[in-house]
Amino acid sequence: MPSYAEIAAIRLGFGLSPRLTSPADPAGMAASVAGSVRIGQGAVTLDRVRAWQDRGLDLGAAGRTGDPAARERDVAYRRRLGGIYRATIQNRFARAVDDPSGFGERLVWFWADHFTVTGGTVYWNLMTDAFVQDAIRPHLNGRFADMMLAAETHPAMVRYLDQDRSVGPNSARARRNPDKPLGLNENLAREMIELHSLGVGADYSQQDVTQLAELLTGLAYHPRQTGIFRPVQAEPGAETVLGASYGGGRASLDDIRGVIADLARHPATARHIARKMAVHFVADDPPQPLVDRLAAVFVDTGGDLGAMNLTLAQAPELQQQFRQKMRQPFDFLVAAMRSLGIDGLRVRAMKPPQVQRLLLQPMTAMGQAWGSPLGPDGWPEEQAAWASPQGLAMRITWALSAPSLLADPLPDARTLLRTALGDTASEALSWAVPRAEARPRAWP
Amino acid sequence: MLSRRLFLKSTALIGCSAAAHPLLSSATFAAAPGDNRLVVIILRGAMDGLDAFQPYGDRALGGLRRTLSLGPDHGATDLDGFFALHPALSELLPLWQAGQLTFAPAVSTPYRDKRSHFDGQNMLEAGTGTDLDLDAQQDGWLNRLLQAMPGQASETAYSVGVSQMRILQGQAPAKSWTPKAEMDLSPQAQQLLTRIYHDDPLFRDASTQAMEIVASLSPDLATGKPGQDHLEIARFAADRLNGQTRIASFSIGGWDTHAGQAGSLPRMLGRLADTILTLKADLGANWDRTTVMAMTEFGRTVRENGSAGTDHGTGGTLLVAGGAVRGGRAMGDWPGLAEGDLYDGRDLMPLRDIRAYAAWAMHAKFGVSRATLEGSVFPGLDMGSDPGMTA
Repeated sequence: MPSYAEIAAIRLGFGLSPRLTSPADPAGMAASVAGSVRIGQGAVTLDRVRAWQDRGLDLGAAGRTGDPAARERDVAYRRRLGGIYRATIQNRFARAVDDPSGFGERLVWFWADHFTVTGGTVYWNLMTDAFVQDAIRPHLNGRFADMMLAAETHPAMVRYLDQDRSVGPNSARARRNPDKPLGLNENLAREMIELHSLGVGADYSQQDVTQLAELLTGLAYHPRQTGIFRPVQAEPGAETVLGASYGGGRASLDDIRGVIADLARHPATARHIARKMAVHFVADDPPQPLVDRLAAVFVDTGGDLGAMNLTLAQAPELQQQFRQKMRQPFDFLVAAMRSLGIDGLRVRAMKPPQVQRLLLQPMTAMGQAWGSPLGPDGWPEEQAAWASPQGLAMRITWALSAPSLLADPLPDARTLLRTALGDTASEALSWAVPRAEARPRAWP
Repeated sequence: MLSRRLFLKSTALIGCSAAAHPLLSSATFAAAPGDNRLVVIILRGAMDGLDAFQPYGDRALGGLRRTLSLGPDHGATDLDGFFALHPALSELLPLWQAGQLTFAPAVSTPYRDKRSHFDGQNMLEAGTGTDLDLDAQQDGWLNRLLQAMPGQASETAYSVGVSQMRILQGQAPAKSWTPKAEMDLSPQAQQLLTRIYHDDPLFRDASTQAMEIVASLSPDLATGKPGQDHLEIARFAADRLNGQTRIASFSIGGWDTHAGQAGSLPRMLGRLADTILTLKADLGANWDRTTVMAMTEFGRTVRENGSAGTDHGTGGTLLVAGGAVRGGRAMGDWPGLAEGDLYDGRDLMPLRDIRAYAAWAMHAKFGVSRATLEGSVFPGLDMGSDPGMTA
């Protein structure tokens, strides 16, 4: 009979490691999340990205004047920042590899995916990492409403969902520029309701989306302007979203705070978030009683994510629905490195070509290009999306060849079976592993 | 089926079970998708078309560029008295002479003004206009073509390589594979794996398919040499196209030549030429029924910049090759490089939507109706007149 520690580490974390001891009870599991709230020294945050962008604006402008030396300075600067971005990716891997329970880092991935943002340029790639530090980590054990507010008003989100292009049709800015095609962009408003809070099946109308879009006007970011709100492009007047009225006075961020607080505690949001957590951690088609329990806790606690984490950690469904989820490629690579006894130090010390060859290219070929989900709904959950022939072949190819470049000496296959799966190994696997030939080979 | 939102709606209408396997009914296998083949290569990073096919007959060119696009006096091959082929593409000259190579020198997607690689490639692969939100466009035009093609099966289309190909993403099943997934299993390992996966239909089917793909490959497909990925990909694509596959898509990155272009672009053009010639060699007789289109997200500035490179522009070049092509001439008009001819005073003026060429190729080769092409594959596109690109 597998222990709680084994089950929880595999289902809520990234699996076992010979180096680490996972908590033996639900309270310990939930408490372990605190380790992921901590933001390390030198972590990328909005302030730093803002400063980089500020300097980058000057360097970029100088580089475009035609002076080759200025251009070279701009290129070198962006190359240096590219190195910092790569280090943030290694850091994400390293923290997951070192997290004793893995639960906290899994939650970081879950919430960063719930509030999906992507970058593009090196500055905005860095901003997506700042987003994790600024909007996700601080709230892993906090209130959903606070995480939602931090996420929706973060520059990474404001840009990703085009909020910075949304201008109130009757705002001061639109009235001053009658010749320019300034107007509403509904992208953030719609996803805020449909993906981030109530869910697509909930009871809301296009009118709610349009009204919310009007309410959100004013949210905008520029590295050389402080804050995230520009009254000059806010639509004047009050707006009605889901029956409640917001604003009407002098436009300010407080109106937006108000609507986010209400969306975050809506009963439909409780059901949406509860189901999404159950799908991510337990089964693609999760047992309804678990969803109901999670939703009830969300409602009763006013969206206390620490209480949600504890409810998940206590769920008997973790055991009952064992092997109902397929690890996503990031989870697969982390789990593999953990089982081989590799530590975060080793991951952080990897040289750029090795990061590409052993982690990022394989992850892409497995279907999960780093930081590039196709849309604001993030990575797919269902097993079928990941168990493609190519995806599976890449996992097998990786497992055959990458470990010998990561761990020296390689563990005996039978020992590895023990350390990776403990008492949870299936009969078929326990039968097959001792019969395997030892044949490590070079990663292409 | 264009945006994530419309997709959600349409799945709701079809119902889940039908949506999960929309093309797996036995009837769909009855008709073969025909014998013609289409290869779409995405050149990521924006290829400088003015250097690949140099309009040396335009008198303004010399004043715009100092070290680039130097024309026939500096090693390029004259094609028609106006355009000259970059020396690094000279291996393709026999194709031009045989009428199997053509290009459209001034095309673009509807994307304008922001000149971001990211958005530009998304729009090129989504194949839509500017009225839809880019991030919401999750399916690509090759997938929508599949949905409109008669008699297609899951083998019909392949995306090849590790790069994510949005162009083939969508509801219609398509295969993807990278020659990097060698999955070099011993017979014993294969047996053990089969046994482990036996009771899990998902893993069993996926691994069976993967083993079939690997087993069907020519043994020397993977070179294992650095810098040869494009050849591995071309060989694999040809291998599939010689079988059931009719559409293949992959990308070649590295075209963003902001500095020292005279050093970096020849390497990329050489790769492109080698890719096309590898396809031709490996396709054998099937080359005669093949159309290869190499597309890039936008062109580059007409002026050389201060670092002997070029920056992001607008109008760019489409390259088309294949035995099914009516080549040996440039397609479409030339906008001119004089000050007043340029887009925004800096870029080549695009004269035609790049999607029109793709649409005419699909119309000719897969018999897809103009209404479908203008309505769902490239919504809102006006195909215009037939450029007579294919034989």
